[in-house]
Parts: sequence; C-alpha cells; structure tokens
Amino acid sequence: MTNKTVLHEKHLEAGAKMVDFHGWEMPINYGSQMEEHHAVRKDAGMFDVSHMTIVDVAGSDAKAYLRRLVINDVAKLDVAGKALYTGMCNEQGGVIDDLIIYFFSDTEYRLVVNSATREKDLAWMNQQAQGFDITITERPEFGMIAVQGPQAKAKVATILTAEQTQAVDGMKPFFGVQAGNLFIATTGYTGENGYEIVVPQEQAADLWQQLIDAGVAPCGLGARDTLRLEAGMNLYGLDMDETVSPLAANMAWTISWEPEERNFIGREVLAAQREAGNQPKLVGLVMTDKGVLRTGLKVVTDSGEGVITSGTFSPTLQHSIAMARVPRSVKVGDEVEVEMRKKLVKVKVVKPSFVRNGKSQLD
Amino acid sequence: MSNIPSELKYATSHEWVRNEGDGIVTVGITEHAQDLLGDMVFVELPEVGENVSTGDDVAVAESVKAASDIYAPVSGEIVEVNEDLEDSPELVNSDAFGDGWLFKVKLDDESELEALLDAEGYASSIDED
Repeated sequence: MTNKTVLHEKHLEAGAKMVDFHGWEMPINYGSQMEEHHAVRKDAGMFDVSHMTIVDVAGSDAKAYLRRLVINDVAKLDVAGKALYTGMCNEQGGVIDDLIIYFFSDTEYRLVVNSATREKDLAWMNQQAQGFDITITERPEFGMIAVQGPQAKAKVATILTAEQTQAVDGMKPFFGVQAGNLFIATTGYTGENGYEIVVPQEQAADLWQQLIDAGVAPCGLGARDTLRLEAGMNLYGLDMDETVSPLAANMAWTISWEPEERNFIGREVLAAQREAGNQPKLVGLVMTDKGVLRTGLKVVTDSGEGVITSGTFSPTLQHSIAMARVPRSVKVGDEVEVEMRKKLVKVKVVKPSFVRNGKSQLD
Repeated sequence: MSNIPSELKYATSHEWVRNEGDGIVTVGITEHAQDLLGDMVFVELPEVGENVSTGDDVAVAESVKAASDIYAPVSGEIVEVNEDLEDSPELVNSDAFGDGWLFKVKLDDESELEALLDAEGYASSIDED
C-alpha cells in the first residue's frame, strides 16, 4: 500500500516527479534537483516532510523513560522548547533510529522519528514503556513542512500572525514553540537556517500555497539528500542502522556518558566499545576529479578497507563528496583510495561536514 | 510522454542518431533517457579519432543519481565530440536532441542506420520498460 501525504495534490499540481520512498509516494524533484538545491543554499526552499513520524510522550515518568530510551540525556533539557538530537539503540548498541526530541516539560516531550522506521520504532518504544507511567501517542493528524535557506525565516515571517511572529522572534537554533495553530521549530536537515513547521493536516495545503506565494521554492527528496550530505548529516538506513554503533556513525557526540548511573539501553556495550577504541569511524571524503562517489563503493586505506555509506555530487562545491566508514586509525587529511569502475581513485579524508550556511567547510 | 522527433533514428539503449547526410551522424541520448537519469553532472566523451563498434560503451553520462554507460549505436570513427558538455553537462537535460548532443561518427557502413529504430519503434520500446 502506498501512503500519500496531505500535500500530495499540491505536488502533482506543481509537476513533481513522484517516487516511492519507503511506502510513501513523495516528490523526488519538481523539474531540477540541482536548482532546488541552490534555492535552499542561496534563497529559500521547502520540503514536504509530512511522512515523518511525530510521537508525543507524556506522563509522570516521561523524563525517566526517555533517559532510559535514548543515548543522549533529556535531563540536559531545562528550557521549554529546547530540542535534542540523539539516537535510540538496542541492547547490542546498534542504532534503531536517530531522532529529535523537543522538551516542553518533565512530563511532556515530542519526538520526531524517521518514517521508514516508524513501525519498529513504535513497537520498540511501546515495549520499553513497561513499568513507566507514560502515554505514547502518534500524531498522524499533522503535516510537516521544512522551510530552509538564508531567506527562509524572512519569507515565513510574511505569512505569520502577529502572535506567531512574537513567539518565534529571536528563537535560537534547535528550539520549537507552539504558536497558534503551528508548531514552529528552528531545526532542519540542510545546514541552513530555517524552520520545520508542524501544521494541522487540514491547513497544510493552504500553508504550502502561502509559502509558494511568498517565494519559497518547492524542493524534493533529491535536493534534500544532496543538502543533508553536504551538511554532513546522517541518513538512517545508509549511514547507520541496527548493525552499526553510534560510535561508528559520527554520533558519539549524541551520547551522554554522565551521569554514570544513567542506565540507557545499550550503555554497557557502547561503554566497552569506547574503552576498546576498536570501532570504525565515519569520515568525509572529497574527490575533486571527475566522477561521483556512490554508496557501497569500497575504500582502500593503509589500515584496511572501508565503505562509502553515502555519496553524491555536491552541487555547491561542484565535485563529489561522500561519507565513509573506515578503520579508526584513518585521519583527517589522509589520502585514501576508492574503487570506482575497477580503478582506484585517490580521495581526501575530511571531517564529515562539507557545507554550512552556504559556505564550504573545506580548506 | 516525452518528445521523440520523427526525423531521428534510435537505439533501444536510448541513444538517438541524426543522419547529417555526408556519411556522418550525430549521436545523443533521448529526452526520455535524460529524464530517467536526472540532473547531469559529468559527461565523459570518447576521443576524436577513436574507432568504435556498434554496442561498445563509448561514453558515460553521470547524473546526481547514477552513472550510465552510453553505447555506440553505429560503427565508425569519432570525428567530433561536444566540448560544451565539459562545462555545461546540463545541456543534455535542457536540450537532449539539440545542444546536448554527444559525439559525431563517420559511418563505416551507412546501411547500419536501417537497423536502428524509427520514432514509433523507439516509443513502443520505452512503453515496454
């Protein structure tokens, strides 16, 4: 069965090319993925992300439950609206999913998880809920639109009410606020400023149209992928999955080791891996020669083989970039080789962050 | 349905061939093919002077999405390549049958053209895809 978001009609209206994305019929582009990419880097673009799963966790044990469920510590959150990026792991320390948690109070949190992992995430969350006084409520009655780019906030501002404008005024990155009918968050998946806006389904098409009228370019999943890769952000299923440790997926920063007594799921295994220092790591690769690094290509280094987890042509940098999982002893600045079309091609190892706020992060 | 000009000949592997009338043909990929591939980022072309045989992989069209081999639809000598594609590979997207041409071949045997598909034949071949 194919799911359609509440904006499906709007995509067809705009001439989108639709593809199946894990059971959802989604726009891959509206003509040119490249132009959509540049719109986000230089102006403002928007994505229908209504397929993503919103889950509200509430109840007297909500905080205790999440401190067990995810590898980061929600106890760090003490300002209403603050968001936290993290992962939830299984007992073997493999990543079940990555997610964003919004904090409203110690008894109210909102989680946004991937659509491709929706069923297993909900099953896991419910299974782990035993013994905690909480409710887990999926919120399919909302659509979600990500508006991203240097002009995104200014363009969104033209369609907000005075009350909403006041609510988002001066909001720092990685916060969310309920402003009238909209939940507006300063989060995203592009490396640009902007908002992710949660909107009641029946108002989603109108909001989309208002944004088009305000000069925001509709962008598809194609541009979403090149933008997130340039920003060095992981894609679940490619850069990590249940067989991969967060330590091997550039997610160590999302683990809170302190306090030591917090017994999050997977802690024992992850602590042992950290102690042993034997996990591979996720690095960035840059290739300035012709060609495009692609998912699955073999990486050859002096200390053993690795693999490209995500690769693409970077429309901003005009050459290919990739994320690759390689032996831990490989260092930023090293030269390694990638096997492409039966030839070994030299590429440079960099930090897995290529473009932020429209600017190259490479030297 | 994509545009399929009736004056051209086609290969099932999505190349088009225009007979320039003096034993030379121009080769490109169809609008349908560029649409499948998406935004082009590199086009690797053969060398001028190279001799190619029908079915040889002679060029590579690399898009954001995938790298795709391009096959010689006819046998002969490469006499010219579209150097504009070096800096503007997107011409293949914007004008597949015109400015996005790939290379020109001096035919070994003009009768080879008869073995290629006409517009109608190509249209039905992509219907079966």
